[in-house]
Amino acid sequence: MLEVALQRSVGAFTLDVALEADAGTTAIFGPSGAGKTTLARCVAGLARPDAGRIALDGRVLFGPGTDLPPHRRDIGYVFQEARLFPHLNVRRNLLYGAPRGADPGDVCEMLGIGDLLGRRTAGLSGGEAARVAIGRALLRRPRLLILDEPLAALDGPRRDRVLPWLERVRDAGVPILYISHAVEEVARLADTLVLLRDGQVARAGPVGEILSDPSVAALMGPSQAGAVLTGRVVSEADGIAAVETAVGTVQVVGAGGVGSRLRLRIRAEDVIVATERPRGVSALNVLAGTVASAQPGQGPGVMLRLAIGEGHLLARVTRRSAATLDLSEGRVIWALVKATGVARADIG
Amino acid sequence: MIDLPPDALSALALSLKVSLTATLVSLPLAIWVAHLLARGTFRGKGLLDAAVHLPLVLPPVVTGYALLLLFSRSGPLGAVLEPLGLGLAFRWTGAALAAAIMAFPLIVRAIRLAFEAVDPRLEEAAATLGASPLRVWLTVTLPLAAPGLLAGVTLGFAKAFGEFGATITFVASIPGETRTLPAAIYAFLQVPGGAPGLRGMVVVAVLVAVGAVLASNWLAPRLAARVAGR
Repeated sequence: MLEVALQRSVGAFTLDVALEADAGTTAIFGPSGAGKTTLARCVAGLARPDAGRIALDGRVLFGPGTDLPPHRRDIGYVFQEARLFPHLNVRRNLLYGAPRGADPGDVCEMLGIGDLLGRRTAGLSGGEAARVAIGRALLRRPRLLILDEPLAALDGPRRDRVLPWLERVRDAGVPILYISHAVEEVARLADTLVLLRDGQVARAGPVGEILSDPSVAALMGPSQAGAVLTGRVVSEADGIAAVETAVGTVQVVGAGGVGSRLRLRIRAEDVIVATERPRGVSALNVLAGTVASAQPGQGPGVMLRLAIGEGHLLARVTRRSAATLDLSEGRVIWALVKATGVARADIG
Repeated sequence: MIDLPPDALSALALSLKVSLTATLVSLPLAIWVAHLLARGTFRGKGLLDAAVHLPLVLPPVVTGYALLLLFSRSGPLGAVLEPLGLGLAFRWTGAALAAAIMAFPLIVRAIRLAFEAVDPRLEEAAATLGASPLRVWLTVTLPLAAPGLLAGVTLGFAKAFGEFGATITFVASIPGETRTLPAAIYAFLQVPGGAPGLRGMVVVAVLVAVGAVLASNWLAPRLAARVAGR
């Protein structure tokens, strides 16, 4: 377990945070300039807090009279740029921090980089370099792996190709601190979310809970808000899978096999709200529920929290719609979600 | 064409011995000082930088004279070294010291530039992989600076090979002991009409200098390519 309580001031900016990260993946999430990377660098020993305490699995890394150098902290760090050593080939990069005699086989298989071992690093694509950097950090057998926006340097399609590999790393069991400003990545990978804003912890908790909270939506920007659901595929036909979740059965496109566990993210902008049961619509998901809360945000939008079955969805509608349809607390509604509007990620 | 009398050959051999010794013995110190100047943050860094560059800007004869004052039998260092049989004045080792001091600023400068060009983010990455500062330096910094190191060594060797003013002031021009190739060329020039072998020596001096540069130019890109992972 990682325990952090630290202050660090640079110019007018002050980072002042306290947080704990258990096993699993903890996302440090926030807009750029929120202090995410500074926090990560302090934990890894690459930057020095003005005051505070950092401990990993009970061992104090930083505190009064203690400041372990980075090489003695047992923390793997994957930077935004891969930072591979140009004078070493892929194999020697991978083994740089590994114990003597370590076999890179398992890690290579996990990350799909077995074919690259003899290659020079200059010829690697961005996605390959990112995977080698992750493998290198893993082979060092860290007690904690910090991933500092490892996908930020990649373009959209490449990012989508590397994400599944990251999911495998997460499932390998190393505790991860995942630094990101991208909701999709956080929704797919994290168990716990720490929302950082202006150098302070704005919110912290399970990722599904935090991302489904309308007051958080205001912090992240409304277009990023959305509910995160976990569920199990119960049937599959025509490339459409039926997933059982807390809000009932949700149909999504191209899921894993029957029985597999999924994590779904349904963005508030992709949900349409009706006050009568709609008929003859193309949307495959029509879920009955009630409005749990309605929160006007900045601009023309209203963020609705919908109670459906045992769970919640978020929906973003205009003020005008909210007024004409009288979308206030307790109102019976139907939520429409297109099967193709659901981003999904496998979960282990 | 190149017709070298025996004393010219011995001057060439001595010059090679002196300049190789000067370069190789001063290299570790040059690497250390270059690293201090490239990466260190300490008081007096500017002073160290100026001190290193002094031989480059002083008249060589002044440098030679300063060495003579220090290392002559009555000088503060000579008084200690001479009784031990380690005296440098008027010995080939003194010629090597003079050549090393004259070449030092050039070697340090090239290596310092090489260190400054090494991406500190790679060193940071190595530290997070568990490498101690010494291991980081040996396995990341030094290999990445290797092409610049080679350039420094070549330049230093060529400078040491051609050193004349400080050497002749400090250790004179004793045939077989301190008469290096430049000193021999100068001595041969003093003979009215020019001594036989003078032209040969000049050709040899040019060949050695050009050869060093050519070798360096051939090696450096290969080393750089290796280091850059191409």
